[in-house]
Amino acid sequence: MIKTIVSTELPIDERFRIRKNVIQHGKEGLRFCVVTGTHGDELEGQMVCYELAHIVGENSQKLNGTLEIYPALNPLGIDTIQRGIPNFDLDMNRIFPGDPNGTMAEQTAHAIVEDIKGADMVIDIHSSNLYLRETPQVRINVQDAEWLVPFAERLGMDFVWVHDAATVLEATLAHSLNATNTPCLVVEMGVGQRINHKMCHRLVKGILHLMQTMGLWQGTVETGWESSIICKGDHVTFLNAETSGVFLTELKCGINVMRGQVIGQIVDPLRGIVLSTVTSPVDGYLFTIRAYPIVYEGSLMARIYNR
Amino acid sequence: MCQTMRQETIFEMTSPCRDNFRITGYHFGNGEKALAIVGAMRGDEVQQQFICSQLVNRLQYIEQQGHITEGYSILVIPSCNPFSMNVSRRFWAMDSTDINRMFPGYDQGETTQRIAAAIFTALNGYHYGIQLASYYVPGDFVPHVRMLKTGYEDVETARLFGMKYVTTYQPRPFDTTLLNYNWQLWNTKAFSLYSGHTSQIDTGTCDETIDAIFRMMQRTGIISPRPLRAAYESIVIDEASLLHIKAPHAGIFRRVVVPNRRVVAGETLANIIDPYNGKTLCDVKNTADGIVFFTHNRPLVLQNALLFKIHTL
Repeated sequence: MIKTIVSTELPIDERFRIRKNVIQHGKEGLRFCVVTGTHGDELEGQMVCYELAHIVGENSQKLNGTLEIYPALNPLGIDTIQRGIPNFDLDMNRIFPGDPNGTMAEQTAHAIVEDIKGADMVIDIHSSNLYLRETPQVRINVQDAEWLVPFAERLGMDFVWVHDAATVLEATLAHSLNATNTPCLVVEMGVGQRINHKMCHRLVKGILHLMQTMGLWQGTVETGWESSIICKGDHVTFLNAETSGVFLTELKCGINVMRGQVIGQIVDPLRGIVLSTVTSPVDGYLFTIRAYPIVYEGSLMARIYNR
Repeated sequence: MCQTMRQETIFEMTSPCRDNFRITGYHFGNGEKALAIVGAMRGDEVQQQFICSQLVNRLQYIEQQGHITEGYSILVIPSCNPFSMNVSRRFWAMDSTDINRMFPGYDQGETTQRIAAAIFTALNGYHYGIQLASYYVPGDFVPHVRMLKTGYEDVETARLFGMKYVTTYQPRPFDTTLLNYNWQLWNTKAFSLYSGHTSQIDTGTCDETIDAIFRMMQRTGIISPRPLRAAYESIVIDEASLLHIKAPHAGIFRRVVVPNRRVVAGETLANIIDPYNGKTLCDVKNTADGIVFFTHNRPLVLQNALLFKIHTL
């Protein structure tokens, strides 16, 4: 059943709507939410939502509870290929839990949180941005690690990053939900504006597996994946560009690298020279790598988990 | 012999294809770091850039006349983001990040974190700090001094600007990376000045803001007294007390009242027009006597959009 959770007028003959697909079976059972599209340039979640809606919708007799799918929390951003909300300065994932008396974006954020909170599990799917490519991973605030890591391990992602708490991140959807005791896992994978089918299929399986272990899904799920790498504590090395230029690399993320290994080079197309070489300062697991080649001094080039 | 203005490159960075990115500061006077002023942080803050250029121009003259108090120095940074202004983008053009949400910055971090770190290093240690700011919601304001309630805000000094209003507001999580939030935490008495407009130069509100800054400089003893236009006895309000008037419908917005207008309950503040047949969809009504503090200023409105903030009397 398609339900509309936000509906307001736009100036010219259009309504702004945020919708969800509610698939329910069985009188008892838990409520599981899959949300995505907060950032309009992150598209992997679209395929994951499609697959879940298709698989569970076609096999709803195997569902014991409620699956709610929210494919587009920022429909105008998705439609205009913008990360944020058109005509609004702030990142939507920095204004939660919203404000019923604030701007339209803040009212929308408030309505979203009110609609989702109380769920037994929420998966918030992101897919990096245009600039970075990410290994399929779950990100958890250190404050919620004890509670959420056991759920995250069941998603079958390559990597679980338990990161430090930051005040500014208190305004994310995940933090706002976790603060109301609604468990929310943030998934990051792929790169902005593209869909990686393999990663999406993996996440669909992971979500069905998590639902299965929670008693929500009685269908079969092919697992057999390796255990996730769990990164806790201050063990992530950030590599930033030393020079501005064009970044060239042959590497993809999701591999082990050795100290001193070349990650890529930043070159000057005008003079035909290498401006700087990006090398790994540690032995570790490369889980983020620069995808967009034009870089400025300081641009993030890679993140490596230093095991 | 009087000091003369010194120009300093506060930050410089190569770019992949463009000229070098530079942030330039102008120093006046000599001695204790008395006051730092920051202009355009975003690429559309043209009014803020213009005001700073006028300050630099007048401070040169004031310094030459020996009217900067001995032992005090002033820093003005007219633009922290010339690259974005040159290509008509509000935020950092490469990745749309906002320098004003990167403070206190990190000199080993990402590009705009490094820019913020360099700016913050240059601004650190000043007794007073003024940022010519713009708001994240488009609209027109009564020019005012704005401060975050961090426990370090200095309302009494804010009154010295002699602007119509001094406002305070409770910071939200996303405000903790603003320049002024961090400036306050690092012991600078920081003030944001909202001069009413952003992407267009309005000479009336520019003059009002420039006068306010020089008035504050005089009243704090940073410069010698000189003739200025009359000041206001500032009204101090918490922004949470402002009455919000929202749009009952979406459509074409026709504003009837402007900022600083006294309005009464029941008065029509705006009309919203059907974009197809031209009929009035609704009149936007005021609900309490007061003064218009903020107005939406775009020709179109969304349903439930914030249109007016009223200081109720």
